[in-house]
Amino acid sequence: MNYERIKEKLEILADAAKYDVSCSSSGSKRQNKNKGLGDSSGMGICHTYTEDGRCVSLLKILLTNVCIFDCAYCVTRKSNDIKRAAFTVQEVVDLTINFYRRNYIEGLFLSSGIFKSPDATMERLIRVAKKLREEENFNGYIHLKSIPGASDELMQEAGLYADRLSVNIEIPTKAGLKLLAPDKDHKDFIKPMKAVQNSIQIYKSEKKLIKSTPIYAPAGQSTQMIVGATGESDRDIMYSANFFYDKFQMKRVYYSGYIPVANDSRLPAIGTEVPMMRENRLYQTDWLLRFYGFNVKEILNDTHQNLDMDIDPKLSWALRNLDLFPIDINKADKRMLARVPGIGMRSVGKILSARRYRKLNWEHLKAIGISMNRSKYFMTCDSREFESRDLTSAKIKNLILLDSSSKYHKNFSNQLNLFS
Amino acid sequence: MTTTLLYDGSLNGLMTAIFTIYDRKIKLPIIALDSRTQNDLFEGTELVITDPDKAQRVWNRFKSLCNHHDSHQVYCAFLSEIIGIENTIYEYLKMTFIDQKAPSGDYANTTVLKLSQAAKMVGREKHRMEAFVRFHLIDEETYYANIEPDFNVLPLIMKHFKNRYADQKWIIYDLKRNYGISYDLKTVQEVQIDFNKARGQRGILNTTISGKDDEMTVKGSFRESENNYKDLWNQYFKSTNIESRKNLKLHLQHVPKRYWKYLSEKV
Repeated sequence: MNYERIKEKLEILADAAKYDVSCSSSGSKRQNKNKGLGDSSGMGICHTYTEDGRCVSLLKILLTNVCIFDCAYCVTRKSNDIKRAAFTVQEVVDLTINFYRRNYIEGLFLSSGIFKSPDATMERLIRVAKKLREEENFNGYIHLKSIPGASDELMQEAGLYADRLSVNIEIPTKAGLKLLAPDKDHKDFIKPMKAVQNSIQIYKSEKKLIKSTPIYAPAGQSTQMIVGATGESDRDIMYSANFFYDKFQMKRVYYSGYIPVANDSRLPAIGTEVPMMRENRLYQTDWLLRFYGFNVKEILNDTHQNLDMDIDPKLSWALRNLDLFPIDINKADKRMLARVPGIGMRSVGKILSARRYRKLNWEHLKAIGISMNRSKYFMTCDSREFESRDLTSAKIKNLILLDSSSKYHKNFSNQLNLFS
Repeated sequence: MTTTLLYDGSLNGLMTAIFTIYDRKIKLPIIALDSRTQNDLFEGTELVITDPDKAQRVWNRFKSLCNHHDSHQVYCAFLSEIIGIENTIYEYLKMTFIDQKAPSGDYANTTVLKLSQAAKMVGREKHRMEAFVRFHLIDEETYYANIEPDFNVLPLIMKHFKNRYADQKWIIYDLKRNYGISYDLKTVQEVQIDFNKARGQRGILNTTISGKDDEMTVKGSFRESENNYKDLWNQYFKSTNIESRKNLKLHLQHVPKRYWKYLSEKV
């Protein structure tokens, strides 16, 4: 192994892959077999975190950053003057196995620039996964990128070796895509998603009849959208996300604050701040949809096209629906408990189980670990004292903001002035 | 008057102590670790001699009154080694024996809450160790890692590593508690190693170890390729970072400094 050369490639091809935010290694059911290497049946593990605070779970690299496309938002676009490199199949296999054996990673996340054609690229990605599974008896996690435009047959094959497949939609609206990636077609993104979805469904129904059906993409599909590259609203983004959750049973949709990588008049200039706060609010909304039983229309609609930056989306929703509160913490059903600002799903579980034994009061709730500064305005419990003033939404919001400090405070101090 | 029962730090020891409390109808018992208490046996202090049979009787009775989750929580809390956790465990078992049912989920009760919080801390540390163990290939075939976890989590992570690295020999050594677990492609065993160097001088790469067992003599010389992989990993760690999103506070929250010593990418 030419170590210096590999190191150089790693530098280029890890750097180019880092804008793909997905790093999850959970949700698979692949167990160790025949005393081989690896097991991905447990929960995901983050083996370390980079200085930007993001988890490192998988070896995330591009096979090559050579690309025939020229998408404005992408760092590996054809017209960008950067160093190009390519790994051989064997090099990726060796790196994966050796990193895995040292417990550095949970597996491999392999993506690629599109060289020659989508099928040629997809075929090469599959070869890496196949080699890992069949020659190395590797049972760690493999996430392969579905290359837009790849044939259904190749997608069918990819799922036999990969735990997860993903294709990044990147631009949430069709109009935005046309503007920034003129040589790509919206349909090309959807096609591999559909192929994978079909295969997953076929696998599930066959599995019921024949137990030995080879597993197919057990960790499902995911996608990613860039936030803040085109002028889309939060509603556009979340409706699109909702569409993918609904139509394609996506396991995850990721939101990636746009990091300027080009001087292009269609895009935010280099040096523009990454919209991290907005990204955070979008993820919170995503969680409300997936775990808290919210419908996207409750949070974003014609009158509320964008999320509040200064408060979280659940609090924002509650303030718009004060007529539903306060609720009695000792009586409310699970659905309503989950809707109280400051109470997370774990706390909901604890409240439900603790109140089987006794009526809960403020002290109990505090001890359990509920964030009282937000929740106290929205609930009553087994105490005489509770918020009895008839407060307006604006007043509650101000009281809560006075009581809390956010690291993003500087970003929204202007907006605060509107209310005070 | 209180009676202090000193036990040897093992789960069996603790269960024997609880057996003794019931057997002798001790009114106000305090259970403490033998090594933590000063050895001048003042009045009301006695030593519990661990008896596996008695211990099993207590543990089995408890297990018959609760579900697997409850007993696992008690075990995890025990591994936390938090001072006084013995008494919380005793309280918990006492409640179980009185009600003929474990008080699982009664989070408004201090004992239950304390126990579940301790178990949670241990669970978190277990998960961290599954993530932060960094193996180095030391002789031709053994992957070795040092750890210094906050809690005694080796018994909890054993299964994870056995399932995962079924085809390689490995040793994970807890330097704080001076014992390790070793996998020989068949089973996992507890091992103790006599190190040549004092604890403070051992860093991420363990130096020469002379095994207590005859078979286990591990030399500390590294092959060049071993350093190369470490180097490649460090390179990857650097390249996958996005400078414009730097957030050291979050970074430190996820990877607290006390773990850096054994993380090759952070040294």
